[in-house]
Amino acid sequence: MWSVAGGRERVAMSENRGILALIVINKAGGLIYNRTFGDGLNQLNTNDYLVLAGTFHGVHAITTRLSPLKQQQAASITADGIPSRPDPPSGLEVLESENFRLQCFNTLTGTKFLLFTDNLQANVDVAMRKVYDLYADYVTKNPFYQLEMPIRCDTFDRKLNSYIREINNAR
Amino acid sequence: MSNLQAPRGGGKEESGLRYPTNGKTIYHRPLNRAKAAELSGASFAYLFSEMVSYASKKIESIQDLEKRSMDPSFTHKTPYLTRFIASARLNVQGHPIGLKLLDLLLYREPARTQTRPLTIITLLHFIKINVWQHLFGQVADGLEKSSDPSKPDEYMIIDNEPLVNRYISVPRDMSQLNCAAYVAGIIEGVCDGSAFPARVTAHSVGKQEEGEMWPGRTVFLVKFAPEVMERESFLGKG
Repeated sequence: MWSVAGGRERVAMSENRGILALIVINKAGGLIYNRTFGDGLNQLNTNDYLVLAGTFHGVHAITTRLSPLKQQQAASITADGIPSRPDPPSGLEVLESENFRLQCFNTLTGTKFLLFTDNLQANVDVAMRKVYDLYADYVTKNPFYQLEMPIRCDTFDRKLNSYIREINNAR
Repeated sequence: MSNLQAPRGGGKEESGLRYPTNGKTIYHRPLNRAKAAELSGASFAYLFSEMVSYASKKIESIQDLEKRSMDPSFTHKTPYLTRFIASARLNVQGHPIGLKLLDLLLYREPARTQTRPLTIITLLHFIKINVWQHLFGQVADGLEKSSDPSKPDEYMIIDNEPLVNRYISVPRDMSQLNCAAYVAGIIEGVCDGSAFPARVTAHSVGKQEEGEMWPGRTVFLVKFAPEVMERESFLGKG
């Protein structure tokens, strides 16, 4: 009995790989989108997701202030003569644990995309960029979507699912 | 374009915007001089998104948003009054484009074929091929006549993925709305302009299930006015 249960568990583990989940947090720290990709993944209840989003938002804000290095304040002049402001501190970008890896992408407007993958997933940056592209296309160009509100767009769901399935099957 | 070159002033050779020496007037060229004469899809998407928002404001029902008039009889189609009252509606926004597009596209045809469509079939083919090609860069995916024998005045133009709807997801509580009503307005303008008064509506027929090939499939239902059908039947006999 023991070995059977263990074996089944291992099968489930090996089926779920690649990109596991996506969470989108708005600039006020509210959860606006969460989705898991694949069967048999652990699910949090809605309240926990909301708490998670708020907590992560706070932790991210703290990590932007943690850098022990002094920030270069002087505006640098680029080759074409346009002064450029130094990038703001990025804060938390990657969080790794034994079982999963969390990649965070903070857009210029403060929307955060959290992508949960397994430890071996390569090119998470590319996937993140594509997810951001899909968001820009199918969410912000949708006249029925209000900014900072929960994302309920069928086309976004559809395109996201097919893209993630494509990546996960390619491995 | 020999027919365009003949100057009107007796004997005096004119050259300018209206009658240039090579015979190509400004109407023959797209305003956009880029190589493929294409516009930015993203800009259009944002613009159209705002048009839909504007059309959705202060509207009581979805039916209002899509249709200019609930009155099926064409006798009440007082063109300007109704349109001004209901100017915040998508169909209306498309209608003048259709009217002008008809003129422009016919003008750009070679002189020999520069005739207005005279039958329903040629008109619908003109819409399916010329209008679609000009607006969306491809022809429409289908053209069908209603299979219901009691509705001989209904024709369907099918587009599997309307360009205007590419980035739009209509919320469930407004599922009757199809924002391609704007395109329906353009079709209606072309029909009205060529003296085939018709009422055109856009309907979503795509299935929302997972793995569906064309979830945004849209049918433009063209319902011609009774007098058009009457004239058509006379033409058929002659």
